[in-house]
Amino acid sequence: MPSPTYSKSELMICVAARLFQDGTTTFIGTGIPMLAAMLAMKMHAPNVVPIFEFGGTGAIFDKLPTAVGGARTFHQAIAASGICDIMETAQRGFIDYGFLGGAQIDPYGNLNSTTIGEHDHPRARLPGSGGANDVGSLCWRTVAIMQHDKRRFVPRVDFITTPGYLSGPGARERAGLPRGSGPVNVVSTLALMDYDPVTCRMRLRATHPGVTVEEVIANTGFELVIPEHVAVNAPPSEEELRLLREEIDPQRLYI
Amino acid sequence: MQVIAQGRGELIQPPDLEAFREWNRTQKSRRLVDKVMSEREAISRFVSDGCYIGTELYGSVRCPMSLTREVIRQRKKDLRVCGQGVLELDLWLAAGLVKKLDVTYIGLEVFGTSAVFRRAVESGQVETCVEWSNGAITWRMKAAAMGVPFIPTRAMLGSDTFEYSAAKIVTDPFTGMPVCLLPALILDVALIHVHRADRFGNAQVDGITGFAFEMARASKRVIVSAEELISTTEIRKYPERTIIPYYLVDAVVHAPFGSHPGEMAYVYDRDEEAYREWINASQTAEGAQAYLDKYVYNVPDHRAYLDLFGEARLAELVARRMKREE
Repeated sequence: MPSPTYSKSELMICVAARLFQDGTTTFIGTGIPMLAAMLAMKMHAPNVVPIFEFGGTGAIFDKLPTAVGGARTFHQAIAASGICDIMETAQRGFIDYGFLGGAQIDPYGNLNSTTIGEHDHPRARLPGSGGANDVGSLCWRTVAIMQHDKRRFVPRVDFITTPGYLSGPGARERAGLPRGSGPVNVVSTLALMDYDPVTCRMRLRATHPGVTVEEVIANTGFELVIPEHVAVNAPPSEEELRLLREEIDPQRLYI
Repeated sequence: MQVIAQGRGELIQPPDLEAFREWNRTQKSRRLVDKVMSEREAISRFVSDGCYIGTELYGSVRCPMSLTREVIRQRKKDLRVCGQGVLELDLWLAAGLVKKLDVTYIGLEVFGTSAVFRRAVESGQVETCVEWSNGAITWRMKAAAMGVPFIPTRAMLGSDTFEYSAAKIVTDPFTGMPVCLLPALILDVALIHVHRADRFGNAQVDGITGFAFEMARASKRVIVSAEELISTTEIRKYPERTIIPYYLVDAVVHAPFGSHPGEMAYVYDRDEEAYREWINASQTAEGAQAYLDKYVYNVPDHRAYLDLFGEARLAELVARRMKREE
C-alpha cells in the first residue's frame, strides 16, 4: 500500500503528538503544541490534562485555540483560574511536560526567543520569554519543537531566554533550578532528538522518513551525538492525517 | 542574605511600600462613590505623560481596547509599560508612546513576531527593554499586592532573561538554595476590561482571570472598563464573583465590545477580519499610521469606533461565539 503524502509540519505534529503520555499534565503554548496535544488526545492519550498559562486547566478542545488566553483554552475545562495559579502549580512540581518553541537552540537545549545579536542593540527583536522561561524552569520535562537548519541549531544561542541544561551536567541544579527537571526531546522538521544522559548534549534518536543522518548533521550547527543505531520515525498514519485535516485544523492554519 | 548575582536591567519602577500604604490610606476612598465616566475623562484624569502603566489580559483576549485607543487619542507620551499585552502594546508602540518596557512577550502568537515591536526596538525608539517571564512579572505584582518588597521564585535562574532583568539571586537563608528575588511592581495605573461592574467599581470577570486580581491590587490607579453595568444588588447576590472590589477602582467606563477586535469569553469571539487588518497594516510604519488614523485619531470615541463596523458585524461576533459553545 503506498503511504499517504503529507507535509513537513504534519509529520512534525505527529511525531510530537506521539511523545504525549496518557494521564499526564502538559503545559501548552501557542501553535504546533496545541495541534500535537489535540492529536494525542484523539489518538493514544485521551487523559492528557492540557494546561494553559493564563488559567485554563483540563479543557476539552472543540476547536483549535489560536490564543493562549482564548475561550477555547478553557472550553468545558475543569478549572479556569489565573496565571499565578498555573505557574505556581508548575513550581511545586505538578506539571509533567511543557512544549516550547524558539528561534535558536543549542546543544544543551537552551532556547532563544528574545533577540538575535546583542541584547541592547539587536539585529532582530523577537517576542521575548512570555511563559517560556517559566515552563523551561519549572515543568519536569520539556520538549522543543523547531525548524531544523544551521541558523536555528547553533553552538551558542545569542540569548538564553529559556534554560535547557545551561552549560552541561549539573548546571541546572547549581543555578538553583528544580532537581530532576530539564529538556528531554527536540522534534524538528528533520528528526527526533533526545539528550545524552551523561553529557547532556543533544543526541539524534530517529530521522524522519526519507531523511538521512548526513542530512541532519549537515543542517545542525554543532556536533550532534550520533548513536550506533538511529531509528526512523513512522510516517503519519491515515488516521492521524484524517484527524489533523478534518477535525483539528480544517482551515489549514498550520498544516 | 548573600546576593549571588544581579540582573543588569534597570529597575524601571522601584517600589516604595511606605508611599504605597500612605497612598492607599489617603487617596483611595472607602466610600461608595459613583465612578462612571467616559474613556476620555478616565484617561485624561488618571493617565499622565511618563507614568508607569499596565494592561490586562493578553494577546487578543479581554484587552481594554477602548481605553487603549483613548490613550493614543490623547497622545500620552513617554509611557513606561509592563508588556505582556499584545494588541494594546502594538498600538501604543506604533503610536510612539512607549519609552521604557518591562517586557515579557510582545508578538502575535499564531501570526508570528510583531513588526511594530521590531521597528520600535531595533530603531532605538524604545529606550530600554528589561526582560521578565510571564510568571515573574505577575509575581512582581503579587508582591506589591501582598505589600512586601519582593517575592522569591525558582524560575528565571541561570538564564539571560535573568541577566537582563532587574532581579537578584540570593542564597535562601532557610534552605541554602539559590533563589531568584523579584522586586515588587507598583504600577501608577492599570487598565482592566471586565465582564461587568457596578457604578462604584465592584467588578466581575468570567472565565480565566489572567492577572486581573494581582494587577488591580498592585496599582495606585485602576481604570475598569466593563461590557455591562449592573446594580450593586446584583453584585451582592454573588459576592464571591467580585475579584476587584470598588475601593481599588478609580474609574468605571461602560464599554460594550470594549475588547474589539479581540474576544471576550462567553460574550463574543475575536473579529478575525479586523484583527488581520491590523496585522497586515502594521507590517509597515505607513500602514500602521494609516490604521491609527482610521480607527483612532479620526474617530472621537468608542461609540464612533464601533459604528465603523456596524451592529450587524458585532452581532455576528456574538452569534459565532454562541455557535461555538453549542
